[in-house]
Amino acid sequence: MIPIRIDRDQWGEITESLMRNKTRAFLTAFGIFWGIFMLLLLMGGGKGMENMLSSNFAGFASNSGFMFSQQTSKPYQGFRKGRWWSIQVPDVERVRHAVPEADVVTPTVRIWGRTAVNDAHSCNISICGQYPEYDRVDNPKLVYGRGISEVDIAQRRKVCVIGSRIHQELFTPTENPCGKTFQIDGIYYTVVGVSGKTEGGMSLGGNASTTVLMPYTTLQQAYNIGSRVDILCLTARSGYDMGQVQKKAEAVLKRAHRIHPDDKQAVNMVNAEAMFSMMDELFGGIGILVWMIGVGTLLSGVIGVSNIMVVTVKERTTEIGIRRAIGATPADIIFMVMSESVVLTLLAGMSGITMAVLLLHGVDQIYTQMNPTAEPNSFQITFSTALAAAGTLSFLGVLAGLAPAYRAMRIKPVDAMREE
Amino acid sequence: MYFCPYIDISMIKLSGIHKTYEGVQPLHVLKGIDLHIKKGEFVAIMGASGSGKSTLLNILGILDDYDEGEYLLDETPIRHLKEKKAAYYRNRMIGFIFQSFNLIAFKDAMENVALPLFYQGVSRRKRNELAMQYLEKVGLRDWAHHYPNELSGGQKQRVAIARALITQPRIILADEPTGALDSRTSVEVMELLKALHRQGMTIVVVTHESGVAYQTQKIVHIKDGLIERIEDNVDPSASPFGNGSVMK
Repeated sequence: MIPIRIDRDQWGEITESLMRNKTRAFLTAFGIFWGIFMLLLLMGGGKGMENMLSSNFAGFASNSGFMFSQQTSKPYQGFRKGRWWSIQVPDVERVRHAVPEADVVTPTVRIWGRTAVNDAHSCNISICGQYPEYDRVDNPKLVYGRGISEVDIAQRRKVCVIGSRIHQELFTPTENPCGKTFQIDGIYYTVVGVSGKTEGGMSLGGNASTTVLMPYTTLQQAYNIGSRVDILCLTARSGYDMGQVQKKAEAVLKRAHRIHPDDKQAVNMVNAEAMFSMMDELFGGIGILVWMIGVGTLLSGVIGVSNIMVVTVKERTTEIGIRRAIGATPADIIFMVMSESVVLTLLAGMSGITMAVLLLHGVDQIYTQMNPTAEPNSFQITFSTALAAAGTLSFLGVLAGLAPAYRAMRIKPVDAMREE
Repeated sequence: MYFCPYIDISMIKLSGIHKTYEGVQPLHVLKGIDLHIKKGEFVAIMGASGSGKSTLLNILGILDDYDEGEYLLDETPIRHLKEKKAAYYRNRMIGFIFQSFNLIAFKDAMENVALPLFYQGVSRRKRNELAMQYLEKVGLRDWAHHYPNELSGGQKQRVAIARALITQPRIILADEPTGALDSRTSVEVMELLKALHRQGMTIVVVTHESGVAYQTQKIVHIKDGLIERIEDNVDPSASPFGNGSVMK
């Protein structure tokens, strides 16, 4: 029903009306500009932060938990307190049997401070012995080759998956090292895969880039570690809480190793699930805060526009009266005021979007320069977010124009004839 | 004039028009106006301030509604119109000339003249072309791109007349058209209106200046909301002030 007569006169009038009071238009526009700028900046920044943190956990199962042994703190069944003990391979079966809620139960063992040597090249490394199942707890994100297999375990094969740093130090960084060999402590191992995990990322038991992953059984034999388990890794079946799973597993371990049921120190546990859910809550909270601040600022900008438009309409009473007298319908007048409000809001908002995008682009550049090895991360808002923002702005422009347009519509043509 | 075939065609027909302004003390402004204006007539409405002549003009111009009676404008009944319809009639049937010119300050003469056509949806090129034609008619072609504040009072009123004419309305309603002008430019404006009348335009002028009123054919005297008398001015040039003489 609103006649859309967008020709040069219409645009001319809008710009004319805005330019007549440049300072006022600018100050009003600034509210909108700042609102959308802050909203997008915080959204982009928040998202970037989240990406940055969660890239550290890439490959890591978010429903996992870890258990390892420590000195006992209570005497029990004739054992003194302060006794050293360790989780053993048979405990894996015990836990699997007694805790059906656990999905993966897999042992790992660590050898620290070794040196990997290939001809003249060497690299300080640690070795992690594991089972194929371990991939489901902390996936190595292979860039070359394969992971440890059941056959490797069964035949105690001298094969390994190396970290990215070891690949760079011992072999040609751009070439696939699979099938090549190197030695650790006089034993030669064949490379079957290369892990893609980065240095900064979270991984179990030290830096993933300088870790050699090996079949548990190979390590067992090579370093004579018996049935020792350093870390028992668990994941919970869907619908089960890791805290509960760990509690049951703890009881199993304590019973098997004759540890006092109330001993708080002997079995040490890390609940990754709880950590992840806390982080989720944190980012959820930050998200809500961002929205509250951004939307609040934007709304106050809209109210500012609306306010100024009401003043403008009041100033233009005579002019609007003249227009009505010579044949402008109420719809014409509404369209006139509305288009001014929408143009002002969109103009301010678009510059806000542009500024936010430029700034976030700058942040991206600096971030990549400062963390060249880190996973690629973007603080930039997505194109659809920008589109949604533009759409919202048009809507807000209409909203801001409502009150002044209603006022303008009520101006009677007789008002034009009245002497000032 | 008696030879004109359309002389008896009615342009404005008012019968029993009443208008009361509601308020703490209701003000009965028009108390039964009967007025008949034929096509091609040049009529003046005279009266002291407060007599109701402005209210009458507002009703004639469809700027205001009335309470009782009947108003036919070129045989179209005008009563309780929706704003949209009223705007349509104002735009197509009536040309307004105001005392204070009422030009839009930030538009030049041509844009001001073209504005009524903008609300008819006429294309920019076409309406600017027409506006130039009408400016030529009022002798202001060379001033087309001047803004109102760069024009003299007489020039402004001539721009306003061009604006009133551009939609080819049925009647011209002029509210004190010389009220803000000096005597010389008043003559210019009145000559322009008389020329329009000779071309067959129906013109109603509201004024309290007898010098203006006596240049028309028919003078309607209003007093206290009623028509006191209607005076036929057979020879406008025989006004008490003489033809072309100073009116003030």
